[in-house]
Amino acid sequence: MSASASEAIGDRVLSHPFFVGIDPTLVHAMASKAELRTYEVGEMLVREGKPAEEFFLVFEGKVALEVGASDRAGITVETIGRGEILGWSWLVSPHRWRFDARAIKPTSVIAINAASARYALAAHPAFGYQFLMKLLPVIAERLENTRVQLLDIHGG
Amino acid sequence: MAAESHLRTSHSHGMASGAAHPYAPRPFVVRARTQETPDTVTLRLLPREARDRLSFHGGQFNMVYVFGVGECAISISGDPGHPEELVHTVRAVGKVTNALAALAPDAVVGVRGPYGRGWPLDSAKGRDLVIVAGGLGLPPLRPILYEIFRQREAFGRVEIIYGARTPKDLVFYEEVQTWRHRTDLNLQTTVDAAGRDWYGDVGVVTTRIPDARFDAPNTSAFVCGPEIMMKFTAQALAQRGVPSDAIWLSMERNMKCALGFCGHCQYGPSFVCRDGPVLPYRTLAPLLALKEV
Repeated sequence: MSASASEAIGDRVLSHPFFVGIDPTLVHAMASKAELRTYEVGEMLVREGKPAEEFFLVFEGKVALEVGASDRAGITVETIGRGEILGWSWLVSPHRWRFDARAIKPTSVIAINAASARYALAAHPAFGYQFLMKLLPVIAERLENTRVQLLDIHGG
Repeated sequence: MAAESHLRTSHSHGMASGAAHPYAPRPFVVRARTQETPDTVTLRLLPREARDRLSFHGGQFNMVYVFGVGECAISISGDPGHPEELVHTVRAVGKVTNALAALAPDAVVGVRGPYGRGWPLDSAKGRDLVIVAGGLGLPPLRPILYEIFRQREAFGRVEIIYGARTPKDLVFYEEVQTWRHRTDLNLQTTVDAAGRDWYGDVGVVTTRIPDARFDAPNTSAFVCGPEIMMKFTAQALAQRGVPSDAIWLSMERNMKCALGFCGHCQYGPSFVCRDGPVLPYRTLAPLLALKEV
C-alpha cells in the first residue's frame, strides 16, 4: 500500500467515533496495515474458532454476531452497526474468534491488522493505555447489555 | 410541568349512562379474533347495545369479564378515533386471559370501563416524542400512535423503539411494517435473539436509545412493557437527558374494583387503577429501585 493510501486510511480511522481523542500519530502507525473493505448481505466477516488476526471499525451497514452448535441453527445474539467497533478476541489469548460475524446489510468497514495493533499498543504504553481506556467502556456496555438481556426484559 | 398537568387531568371512568351500577359489565360481542403470536390474540368487540359505545383515551384499560370464569384488566389497543369498535390484545397467561384468548366470533363478554389515566399526549405537543414498547407493551401504546399520526404536525421528531424476545413475538407485525415506510417517524425494532431470517437489530431496547434521534431536554417519552424493561429504559432515557417528569410509564398491577376502592393495585402511594396506569418516572423512580413492591 502506498504511503498516501495508508495515510488516507489512517485519516478515515481517526474519523471513527472509537478513535476520537486518541493520539493521531500512533493511530496512523496502527493503521499502516489496515484495509478498507465492503461486505454484501450474507458475507462473513469472521468465523468462530478461526484466528483473530484483525478487528473492524464499522462505518456503514450492520453485522450480526452469531453463535451456534451442531444441533441448532445460528442464533444472532447482538448486532453491531455504524460507528461501532467489532472484535476484541485479537487482544485476548488465544486470539481466536468466539463467534461468527455476518453482514446483514451492505457493510463497509476498516479492518485493522491485529499484529500491528498489538505491537503499537505494546511499544507505546501511553497509547496502549489510551486505547484500552476507550475499549473498556465498550466492553462494559456490552456486558451490561448482556446482563439486561439475560433478565428477559421483553418477555415479562 | 407535565407531571402536574397529568395528575390534575380528570378522566371519565366511563360509567354507563344513567344509573348503571359501577360494577355492572355491559355486553360486547366478539366481532373478530386475530392470532398475533402463539399466545396472544387481538379481539375486536362491538357493543350489543349502541348506547354502550365507549369513548376512551390511549393508555386506559377496561375490566373484561368472561362470564362464568372471571374478570381482568386489559388495556385498550384500538383507535380512540374509532370508538365504535373496542379492541383488546390479550396474552393467554392465566385463567381469564386463556378464556378470553379462546373466544370465537359472536361470543359475548362483559366490559366495564374505560378506567385510569392514559398517556398525557397534550403535554408532549411541540416536543420530540420517544415511544418505547417492550413485548406486549405495544398494544397500550398503539392508541396514541393513531392520535400522533392524526396530529403529526403537533409534535417534533417521533422515534418508536419496539423490542421483543424474538421476531415471532412482535405483535401487529404487518401494521408495524407500514410504520417503517413513513417518512415522518423513525422506527427501530429489536429482539433478544433471532435466526438468520431476521435482518433487524438484536439487543435489548435500551441499546437503541443512545443513537435515537431526539433532542433530549425537549423530549417526552412514553414507555410500556414489563416493569424491569421500563426501569432500564427510563434510566437510559434519563441518562440521555430526558427530564424525569417527561418520562411516562404504564404500570401493571392486579386490579379488582378498578375504581380506586379495594386497594389491590396499590403501588407505593398510588392506586394504579385510579392514579395510573400511566405515571411519571419522577414519581416512580424511587419505587422502581425497590425489590418486590
